[in-house]
Amino acid sequence: MKVAIQREDFDLGGEVRAISKKHDIGAVASFVGLVRDVRMTLEHYPGMTERAIRQIVDEAASRWQVMDCTVIHRYGELAPNDQIVLVAVASAHRGDAFAACEFIMDYLKTQAPFWKKEHRAAGATWVEARVADDEAAGRWK
Amino acid sequence: MKVKLLFFASLREQLGRPAEELELPPSVNTVAALRDHLRGRGGEWSTVFAPNRALRAAVNQDMAQPAAPIKAGDEVAFFPPVTGG
Repeated sequence: MKVAIQREDFDLGGEVRAISKKHDIGAVASFVGLVRDVRMTLEHYPGMTERAIRQIVDEAASRWQVMDCTVIHRYGELAPNDQIVLVAVASAHRGDAFAACEFIMDYLKTQAPFWKKEHRAAGATWVEARVADDEAAGRWK
Repeated sequence: MKVKLLFFASLREQLGRPAEELELPPSVNTVAALRDHLRGRGGEWSTVFAPNRALRAAVNQDMAQPAAPIKAGDEVAFFPPVTGG
């Protein structure tokens, strides 16, 4: 299991290959989140962020068969179209891989300490948390 | 007892500091009591820690509810609801 909080970009193909090597792995589900239309700065809580994501991955592994998993989340300055987050889950079958990947993403959005500040022509503003994100995480309870 | 406070994102900006060490009276021994204590400083502190403001807290890097206990040496962080992903 790999959790990385980093400024640098990541390579989806390389990360997926890295968790696909065991012969009993039959499925890898991956998700990549991108910056949409505005430049932003991502702040995080060094130490706690990695810890919180590891707890989410452990929770996913207790619910589904997770044979390997990689979560990478970037921080710092990001521009439109940049990759922000990668979740990739390897399992024997696709059902567990899909479910664990979506669960990790939903929980990450409500539990991992990251904050986005958007930079628009009118000025910089902190993004407000969305009720829809809480609802998405709540459906796994 | 002494604790380490951390502030993130909009809280850090409004309070003008990322962190501080603080000596607390023994009665301030929960997250909720600490929030009230900080609000009592007045000025920006009363705005940031107003009862109706949506805030999250963590004690020693674990998400913490208002009733969570605080003890000497703890790292207590306050921040807005998270917006990563």
